[in-house]
Order: sequence, then structure tokens, then C-alpha cells
Amino acid sequence: MLQIENLHAEIDGKEILKGLSLEVNAGEIHAIMGPNGAGKSTLGYVLGGRPGYEVTAGSITFNGEDLLEKEPHERAAAGVFLGFQYPVEIPGVSNVQFLRESLNAQRAQRGEKPLSGAEFLKLARAQADALGLQHDMLKRPVNVGFSGGEKKRNEMVQMGIIDPAFAILDETDSGLDIDALRIVGDGINRIMRRPDKAVLLITHYQRLLDYVQPDRVHVLADGRITRSGGPELALQLEREGYVGVGAEVAA
Amino acid sequence: MATKNAEAHAAVAKKYEWGFATEIEQDFAPKGLSEDTVRYISAKKNEPEWMLDWRLKAFRLWQTLEAPDWAKLNVPPIDYQDAYYYAEPKQKKTIASLDELDPEIRRTYEKLGIPIAEQEVLAGVEGARKVAVDAVFDSVSVATTFRAELKAAGVIFLSISEAIREYPDLVRKWLGKVVPQRDNYFATLNSAVFSDGTFVYVPKGVRCPMELSTYFRINAENTGQFERTLIVADEGAYVSYLEGCTAPMRDENQLHAAVVELVAMDDAEIKYSTVQNWYPGDENGVGGIYNFVTKRALCQGRNSKVSWTQVETGSAITWKYPSCVLAGDGSVGEFYSVAVTNNRQQADTGTKMIHLGKNTKSTIVSKGISAGRSDNTYRGLVRVAPTAENVRNFTQCDSLLLSDQCGAHTVPYIEVKNPSAQIEHEATTSKISDDQLFYAMSRGLDAEAAVALIVNGFAREVLQQLPMEFAVEAQKLLGISLEGSVG
Repeated sequence: MLQIENLHAEIDGKEILKGLSLEVNAGEIHAIMGPNGAGKSTLGYVLGGRPGYEVTAGSITFNGEDLLEKEPHERAAAGVFLGFQYPVEIPGVSNVQFLRESLNAQRAQRGEKPLSGAEFLKLARAQADALGLQHDMLKRPVNVGFSGGEKKRNEMVQMGIIDPAFAILDETDSGLDIDALRIVGDGINRIMRRPDKAVLLITHYQRLLDYVQPDRVHVLADGRITRSGGPELALQLEREGYVGVGAEVAA
Repeated sequence: MATKNAEAHAAVAKKYEWGFATEIEQDFAPKGLSEDTVRYISAKKNEPEWMLDWRLKAFRLWQTLEAPDWAKLNVPPIDYQDAYYYAEPKQKKTIASLDELDPEIRRTYEKLGIPIAEQEVLAGVEGARKVAVDAVFDSVSVATTFRAELKAAGVIFLSISEAIREYPDLVRKWLGKVVPQRDNYFATLNSAVFSDGTFVYVPKGVRCPMELSTYFRINAENTGQFERTLIVADEGAYVSYLEGCTAPMRDENQLHAAVVELVAMDDAEIKYSTVQNWYPGDENGVGGIYNFVTKRALCQGRNSKVSWTQVETGSAITWKYPSCVLAGDGSVGEFYSVAVTNNRQQADTGTKMIHLGKNTKSTIVSKGISAGRSDNTYRGLVRVAPTAENVRNFTQCDSLLLSDQCGAHTVPYIEVKNPSAQIEHEATTSKISDDQLFYAMSRGLDAEAAVALIVNGFAREVLQQLPMEFAVEAQKLLGISLEGSVG
């Protein structure tokens, strides 16, 4: 589904990703772990197409198409969803309005009919229920006045409504208490654990992986993947730290 | 990154959507401005002697005045002799029904999407609502719809020319009482040469059964449009009035100097909403409307209320301060404004709240949005007279910047002569953030849609004040006005 080859990317002239390669197949959940400053969030932004993140070499192919050729909204329509580490507030715009316009913009790009207000509301309420988000939160301005946990839950509600083929979730577990962590983990499994979908989980800690079992775990250090393994690699990292698994080595 | 610039350029290339001119025969006044022009207009309208005298008095006064220069505007010199002051679509003298209207004019209105034919608006939203339209095409009001139904309710809704002939006492009593002839340069000019406009009288205790609407459109080349609007709400009356404006695309600048006077008696309420979409000129600042407008309300009666809501997206230059004189005890004035400037547009707009009566209250919410190389100024006055006990005012001015070459300015004047007054003023300036744009785009919105969404959110408090059918149009307009402003 996703092939990243020899990806080099920089911001403000500073190289952050230095030859990163990664392949994610449909039906798989991959976890990316690594120390602060390794380039984890940069990878998420480059996949999402954030302006200012310049790709200087390498390629990203998504379902056979060159992802780097696409604008952020075109990537969304192609099925890529980026869950933000710090979800952004948009004052004066309700969650419902934001998501309905977004979803219908994606559908228009794919040549599908827009959802009516009623159809959309039904969908949004079902997703909010599944993630334990109060219905009145849907009417409130996007992320304004939400607690850290509510923002992350709201990201998952958005993911449920948009129903992407591929999700990059950037530290979705940060700021969540134990109960919320379980709810969010269940949400990821429910929405994304499908043979035709895939997930890239960017995380610092093992704890989210207790709820969302990864098929593959990668260590990202100094701008490239330094080690890959099965779920046991995450447990080893938790025990021994990044130093223990050689992540500090910029070979 | 795929190029954001290409998209921005494509969007910039989009043109003013309402920039079509209609080919119809028009009757012009001789070019230029003199007493003869004033007499010509008055004669064309079969006006009584007192009206001509009133105009001539204004014209003589105007000749002694100079254009104001205190606004933060760069206004090129205007050659008042190089313009037509009156243009009338040639047609049969009177129209018995809409079917007799010049098909070209009708087509123009249809392109604009004006509900000139009687129709139910937005069925299903708040029940079927009706809007009565008085359409001003250049200088003449061509059709007034719903007249019969309004007449049954006792509401007078006419072009001001007709009102001068049919209700001279009522017009004479109020014309120039809220905005005196000598109020300012442009109001004086309007008093001399106003060509048409709207008159509304809502009698005691009557709640006007529908929204009243006037659609102004400047079509002829080199004509100024000088409409004059007078609305009187008698004791306990209520009326909601909508004003929409468009103009075709012209290279030359066209002058628009209107005067709007509102009077609210005891317990009366007037809600006045404007969506102004005059041609703003091109991206280099060529052409566009000069919109120099004087709008003022007199809250004469106890507990009367006037609410101004404006969405200003058009015009090359906007100079406009819809104001409230709160004379009656307990009267309330409100001003809700969204002003958008893009490219080379300039806007200096705001309000004056003059508190004369006791326990009077005013609310000012101004949202300025600047893009391109435009300049956007809020200028407001809150004055509390020595006699005005327990006055309250709340002012909020927010500015949103969309480029690094545009300007946003806030100039609040506060004059308080009574110590019991409570005045609050809040102001913010922010730039649209890359985080917000990327967040919205990553959910599927293109750059233009993302900007439109964020801007609409910013302006929401004001847009909420608009009647439903106008709010939808205004939201679209905000998006269209800002096309090409990001990138």
C-alpha cells in the first residue's frame, strides 16, 4: 500500500530525514518508535504534505501513485489521514460543519455524491457514540476549549467519519488517561483493523501497543529506520531504552 | 510539495462573478453637475416645488464644501463634472406587472439571483418566509413586489420618488432630519442629486409581515448612484430591511454616495442588513466603486432599538459609518460588521454610537479581514452625553490578516461626559495560521475552501445576525472575495 524509499526531507534547510525507507502493506499496523528529535513527526508531516517540509530526495508511493505530487487535500481524498499530535483549534467553525465540508470535499474529488445534512449527522453521532464523545461536542467549535484527551478522541471521531484507507497517527496516545487510552485503542482497531487498510502509529511508549497490536515495529533514529522487528521489539525498547537496542547509533 | 502557487494564480485569474453589463437603452441626464442637473433630475421625477428647493439648497451648500480627508484612505481626485448623475432605463412609463419589465433588466436580475418575482424563500427552514424586493437599477426603482400584501398590513414600501409624490407630508417630516443636508460632503451631494431609493413606513404596532429588500445595481457607465433611503418605524413597530448591492465590471471608477436615514419611535425596532458586493476593481486597483455612504439611525423613542449588520466585501474604497443616535431613554443600538479587503481595496468603516438618553445601551462587533495589499480600518466613536445616565457600551474589534502586505487598523474614539457610564473595549489582531490551513487541508479541503472556512468562523458572530437567506449568500461571498489570497 505504502512504499517509502530513501526519503530525504528538510525544514528550513536542516535535513531531518536522511534516507528513510519503509513499506507498509494493506492489513498491517506498523509502529514507529524513537527518541525525541529523531524525525517521527517530520515523517508524519511529509506524508501529509505539510508546506515547509521539503523532500530533497527519495520517493513515496501510495497505492501505486506518487504521493509527493499531490496537495494535502488530494492526499486526503486518496485515503490518507493524518492524526495530529496537537489538534488545531478553529474558532467559530463547528465540528459538524468542519467535518461535513471536509468529507464532502473528499467525496467530490472522488466523484461521489455529497452526504446530506441528515445522513452526515447520523454518521457523526454513531462515531461519537463509539468513542464516548458527547453529542454536544460535535456542535462546538473545532477543538476550542477541548481538553487534551477530548482533542485526541475528537481526532479518532474524525477518522471514523472520514474512514480512510491509511492512517498516520502521531502520538495519539499522549495526553490520554488509562480509560481514554483503551477507548482510543479500541477505536483504532474498530476503524482501521481491516484487510484493505493500514496504520502507521507514531509513539514514544509501549502502552498504546497494549491495545493496538502492531504487526511490525520500527525504530527511527537520526532520520532513518535503524531497526525493525515484530511486537517483541517494542517490549524490548520499553525494558532497555533506545540505547539498549542501538538506536543511538547513527551508522 | 506540489505547487501551491499554481493554484493561487489560477484562483487570482478568476474574475468578479457579477461583472456583466446589460445592453439596454438608457436616458441620461446631461453630463456634469450644475443647478441644471439638479433641475433635470427633479423634473424627470415630477417632483413638487418644495423638493426641488430642498435639492437646490443642498447643491449650493455642497459647492462651498470640501471632501473630507481624515479617513485612512487614499482617494484619487474625483472629477464631478465628468460623470452622469442620472440614468434611467428607457421603458414604458408605468408597469402594471412584473411581466412587463424589460426582459434585459429581468435577465440581469436573474443572473444576480434576486427574487424579483414573488417567491417563497428558503422553504422548510423557518417556515416559508417572504421577501419583498424594491430593485433599483441605476437610478430608477423598477419594480416593487408584494405591494398588495404590505398595503393590507398598512406598511408603505415604495421608491422614494413615488413616496415624495404620494406621501409628501411623511417624507417632508423626516427627510434630512437624521442626516442633515450639511452633515458631510457626500451627504450634501446626495441631497442635491439623489435619484431614487426606498421609503418605508411601518405604522403603530405593526410588525412588518415580511423582510423588505432593496437590490441596488450600478449598470450604466460613468453614472454615480445616489440612492436615498428613509425608514420610519412608528410606535411599537418592527421591520427588517435587507440591502444588497452589485455593480458590473468597469475600468473607470464609479461613485456611489448614498444616504440612509432610519427613525425608530417608542418601542420600535429596525433591523437593517447590508451585503455590499460592489465591483472592487482588479488586482492592480484599476476600476471599482467608490462607496461613500452616510447611514444613520435616530432612536427617537423610549426603548427603541436599531441594529445595523453589514458584510462589506466589495468596492475599491469604502467610507461608511452606520451610526445610532440613542436619544430615547432605554434605547439600544447595535452594529455588527464584517469588512473584507483584498488586492488594492481600501476600507475605512465603523460606527458612531451617540448616547443622549438615560439607560441607553450599545454593542459594537467589528471583524476586519485584510488580504493582498489592502488596507482595512475600523473607526468608531462612542460618545456619552452629560445627560445620559447609566450608559453601557461593549465594543469588540477583531482583525484577521491573510498576507504580510496588508494593513489592519483600529481607531476607537471614546468620549464620556457622564461618570456612570460603563464602556468596554476589546481588540485583537491575528494572522491566519499555517497550522489551521494545513489541518483543514489534511481533512480534504483545498486551500481556498480552507481559507473560506476559517474566515467564516472568524466572522461567525456577525454572520449569525443576518437573516437566513442573506447569511448563506454572505458566507459564499466571503469565500469568493478572498479567492487567490493565499499562497
